[in-house]
Amino acid sequence: MTESLLNIASMLMLLAGGAFAIIGGIGLLRFPDVYTRLHAGSITDTLAPLLIVGGLALQSGWSLLTLKLLLILLFLLFTTPTASHATARAAMLAGIRPVTASGHDAGDPNQKEPSSSNT
Amino acid sequence: MMEMGLLVCILAIFATMAMALWRAVRGQSIYDTIVGVNVFGTKTVLLIALITYFTGHDDLIDVALVYALINFLAVVAVLKLVRRRDLAASGERGHD
Repeated sequence: MTESLLNIASMLMLLAGGAFAIIGGIGLLRFPDVYTRLHAGSITDTLAPLLIVGGLALQSGWSLLTLKLLLILLFLLFTTPTASHATARAAMLAGIRPVTASGHDAGDPNQKEPSSSNT
Repeated sequence: MMEMGLLVCILAIFATMAMALWRAVRGQSIYDTIVGVNVFGTKTVLLIALITYFTGHDDLIDVALVYALINFLAVVAVLKLVRRRDLAASGERGHD
């Protein structure tokens, strides 16, 4: 009983992780500029490992394999947001500006803030 | 039944890797390429972990563990190389 419950939970987590990975890939293809692609890629890069490694860890119980899986998860949870932050910062320093809906330049420090009268 | 779930997840990861690779090859700027390669590397780690369970060879998990570390170092090193044109550059101001 407990075995099949664990199997079902593991299967659901694996499928959810795969679905999130595909959603992130589609976002990576369809978004318009670096920052939105980074948004799609890095968020699913954090969520999909959480679900997939969690689903795999449920299958092997307490063992050395699970310990190594959790170590992988720990490394990924630390390093993926760091790499994404470094990429966004490097792109910003290189002068790439985010695309905004109004065509207003969101990252330009010389541009005046829109006045509060028209809001 | 469990093999079926693992197989579906492996195929989903493969599809994501194909999309990330497409973005890395056809990116507009160098940063698009770095984003694509970063996603590709993370998904490679997951793929190796899934293949470990799919084939039953428990030793393969060490490869995934090492790959997770190397992937991060590679992304940061490439970012620094693109930014400074030199991996040995110091972190002092006045570079741009």
